[in-house]
Amino acid sequence: MISFNQVNKRYPGGYQALKNVSFDIAEGEMVFLTGHSGAGKSTLLKLIAAIERPNSGSVLVNQQNVGVLKSRALPFLRRNLGIIFQDHKLLFDRSVSDNVMLPLQICGFDFRESHKRVRAALDKVGLLNREKSNPIALSGGEQQRLCIARAIVNRPSILLADEPTGNLDAEYAQEIMAIFKSFHQVGATLLISTHDESVLQDTGVRVIALKQGELQTASTGPGKA
Amino acid sequence: MRHALAQNVGLFKRMFASPLAGTLNILVIGIALSLPAGMYVLLQNAQGLVAQLSGTPQISLFMSLDAKADDIDRLRRQLDQHPAIARIEFVARAKALEQLKQSTGLTDVIGGLNQNPLPDAFIVYPKPGAAQSLDELRIELAKMAKVELAQLDSAWAYKLEALLKFGRMIVLILASLLSLALIAITFNTIRLQILTQRDEIEVAKLIGATNAFIRRPFLYFGATQGLLGGIMAWLIISISLLLLNHQLNTLSQLYASQFVLHPLSLGDSLTLLMFSMYLGWLGAWLSVARHLSQIEPR
Repeated sequence: MISFNQVNKRYPGGYQALKNVSFDIAEGEMVFLTGHSGAGKSTLLKLIAAIERPNSGSVLVNQQNVGVLKSRALPFLRRNLGIIFQDHKLLFDRSVSDNVMLPLQICGFDFRESHKRVRAALDKVGLLNREKSNPIALSGGEQQRLCIARAIVNRPSILLADEPTGNLDAEYAQEIMAIFKSFHQVGATLLISTHDESVLQDTGVRVIALKQGELQTASTGPGKA
Repeated sequence: MRHALAQNVGLFKRMFASPLAGTLNILVIGIALSLPAGMYVLLQNAQGLVAQLSGTPQISLFMSLDAKADDIDRLRRQLDQHPAIARIEFVARAKALEQLKQSTGLTDVIGGLNQNPLPDAFIVYPKPGAAQSLDELRIELAKMAKVELAQLDSAWAYKLEALLKFGRMIVLILASLLSLALIAITFNTIRLQILTQRDEIEVAKLIGATNAFIRRPFLYFGATQGLLGGIMAWLIISISLLLLNHQLNTLSQLYASQFVLHPLSLGDSLTLLMFSMYLGWLGAWLSVARHLSQIEPR
């Protein structure tokens, strides 16, 4: 589903964010991406969504080399991805439900059908009672869950989450991990970055660890946390 | 479709969140458009007046007072054979005096004259579209034997028409310049809108919005602003004409004549509105093309 092959990414100014990174993620897999801040986790996720392009190597998503996609093809790649941003990227000039509505508007969904989907997505993350609120009135954890609702409303086959439990206390973090697991169960491919190794403890999922831009381990199985 | 509607309603709400700024923009566009369009209306009216007054051009040929009957016959034959002349009309001096008596009511004064002061005259109607210009023909006729004076009537109408052509050129230049101004106004308004909605555009791009999707509401906004500006211009012109006609009414009563300024015709009104809408759209399009590519998510 996602395949990195000897990917190098150097930012203008010479900073090498990723060095010779190769790995594969199969369809329906749930993978954690760990490493300290600055290890290249965000860069790796941005390469998948073609927000950044690799300097060398190839990034394949659904057998498509996204590193060389024409900019007019990008929207159609991104519609297939649900992205949960570290800084949420919510729009504070509209209600909670309008924020979730945005991806459906962009894809040109039927109006009535999209209302149903918005409510279903909000229900999934437990925000249905806040649909008329402005996102600014939500707590950090609620904003994070709103961001998840927006990422899943379009039912993408791949979910990318950048530090989704970043600033949340353990209880909220567990809630959000539970939401991700439920997506995994219905067949979505997930790649979740985190610097907080405690959330990995009771999971038996695969971990990709980055250290200063280099891949450390790409192993599967419990106990590897 | 309803999404597009919702999207645009949302955008319009935000764009007209500052009604003062929006209204001022529309007012500026309206004034800019009303200048050339108003001048056009005045010119149209002037042209109607000229067409009414000038009729067909003619040359009056006055013979010298000592011309005899065979001089007149010879001149008549010459004129008949001239290729640039369609027809001629002879006005004998006695008849001219009679007409003068009837039309001016100066019977007493004319009756006091010992002799008829009027010469024999030909009225020459040139062929329309002849190679020779009217003035050249007049000079040629003036040189003929026993011709005292050749006068080109309605020459003033031609001068006026040349003047109107000049006026039309001014309108054209003015319209071009102010159209550019309108495009510039829209360009700038949209640029500011794009900047204030930077976050929204960035997020929309991140979740898969095509450029067309992002561009659309801005184009609609530009076209709407242009259209409202056009309506404003139409109102300015119509109200001005109403005020002017009120004054003209008093004036024309004093001169015992009927003259009113006609407003913009339906076709011209529609053209004005379509044109202003198109210019607004164009300004928005240029602005979006220029500024949207600069916003890339990071």
